[in-house]
Amino acid sequence: MTMLRQAAAIAGKDLRIEVRGRYALGAVLPFAATLLIAFGMSLGPGETLLRETAPGLLWLAVMFASVLSFRRAYQAEGEDGALEGLALAPIDRAAVFLGKAAAVAVQLWALEVAIVLLVSGLFGLPVGRGVGVMMAGFALGTVGLAAVGSLFGVLEESPRAREAVFPLLVLPLATPVLLAGVKATALATAGRGGQAGGWLGLLGAFDAVFLAAGTLVFGYLLDD
Amino acid sequence: MGRTRVQAAERVAGRVVARRGERVLGALAAAGVAATVVMALWVTPPDAVQGDVFRLIYLHVPAAWLAYLAFAVVFVASIAYLRTQRTRWDRLAAASAEVGVLFTALTLVIGSIWAKPVWGTWWTWDPRLTTTAILLLIYLGYLAVRRLPDSPARRGRWAAVVGVVGFVDVPIVHLSVTWWRSLHQAPAVARFAPRMAPSMAWTLVLAVVAFTLLYAYIVTLRLRVGRLEERAMAEALSPRLGPGAGASASASPEAQAAEEVPAGG
Repeated sequence: MTMLRQAAAIAGKDLRIEVRGRYALGAVLPFAATLLIAFGMSLGPGETLLRETAPGLLWLAVMFASVLSFRRAYQAEGEDGALEGLALAPIDRAAVFLGKAAAVAVQLWALEVAIVLLVSGLFGLPVGRGVGVMMAGFALGTVGLAAVGSLFGVLEESPRAREAVFPLLVLPLATPVLLAGVKATALATAGRGGQAGGWLGLLGAFDAVFLAAGTLVFGYLLDD
Repeated sequence: MGRTRVQAAERVAGRVVARRGERVLGALAAAGVAATVVMALWVTPPDAVQGDVFRLIYLHVPAAWLAYLAFAVVFVASIAYLRTQRTRWDRLAAASAEVGVLFTALTLVIGSIWAKPVWGTWWTWDPRLTTTAILLLIYLGYLAVRRLPDSPARRGRWAAVVGVVGFVDVPIVHLSVTWWRSLHQAPAVARFAPRMAPSMAWTLVLAVVAFTLLYAYIVTLRLRVGRLEERAMAEALSPRLGPGAGASASASPEAQAAEEVPAGG
């Protein structure tokens, strides 16, 4: 119980930083919009192709935007030795992991709403259909993404951090989220949301595995 | 004095035995690979449908087996490292990951060469192919993480976490990729003929054993190189702490300050 309260405190701190700094709104969302417009231009103005590829493009935009959000979530910790402070604080290491994951998940959910609206406008994706299944897909997929990202986001704080290592690590690990998320969205918008149960289950399993793994091993990443 | 000499002698003897074991392992691996070559190229018959191209199976299957074996070893060694904090487990995980990446890439390349004449394409989004490609990317990430931290202990811990989480992820990736394909169309890969000629099956077993020996040999070599690297690093740093330390202490304060700047900054 105390661990959940500690996690909530960490999450609250991160969300407060976001509300005051408005990084997601000011940088990540414009980046996602740029990506979507670039996708639209590279796949040409043909409406059928755009509508068919829209679920994939939507999730790609979410994944790339999430990489920026994770990086941001740990950038603040790198300043003034804040991460050492967290490591030394008399709280459970797992609470740090869960709290940061929760804060990133909340930010991503907000981002996803905006990205979905953009995609429905730009690519003509009928998001009104099967909206429940689609929301479940985003809800579950985001938790998994946030778990992977807040687990390995610490690596960004290495003195020799190289920009490419974090996405190289996170994107292949999150392959199941990409596949299942795209499928759930495609089925939902095609009016076949009933068949997406297996994919939602897969997303749930991914969440469970990565939340459990992160809770168990996160402490080792923070050690020094 | 006598005791340290005995200990030194024991250490030398241990090293000699280890080197001999290494050579025996190397000889066995070489003999196994040579026997596999003979069996695969001359003794086994060509495949009824595919002809001689089918002989690639004697390379492809053992290479794929090694890829998964190597990453399983990384997984176990990573857990052992996290529990014990002993450097040898970290060295084993690193060595095994390097060999695993090599054989995963080899599996993909050989598979591609095989796929071109048989399926008519270099690549297809078959579940096993796709999983293997993702596997390669995950462990390239593992090797990249190993180059990040500045302290060996931190490198060991970070790498071990990736080694554990990456391996746990593989079954989920495989499941998702399998569903992704099967919901659309039947798998593009024809299954192998259910019955193989006995000589083919035995050659395959021999190939797997030979490659496993080869894996053990390469990892042993890599472990020795890892130990030598660590010793060289320690020796490169030690003169400053050894007799030379007195000399540098008597050096001018400016010189010392100049030396400290890059380290502190």
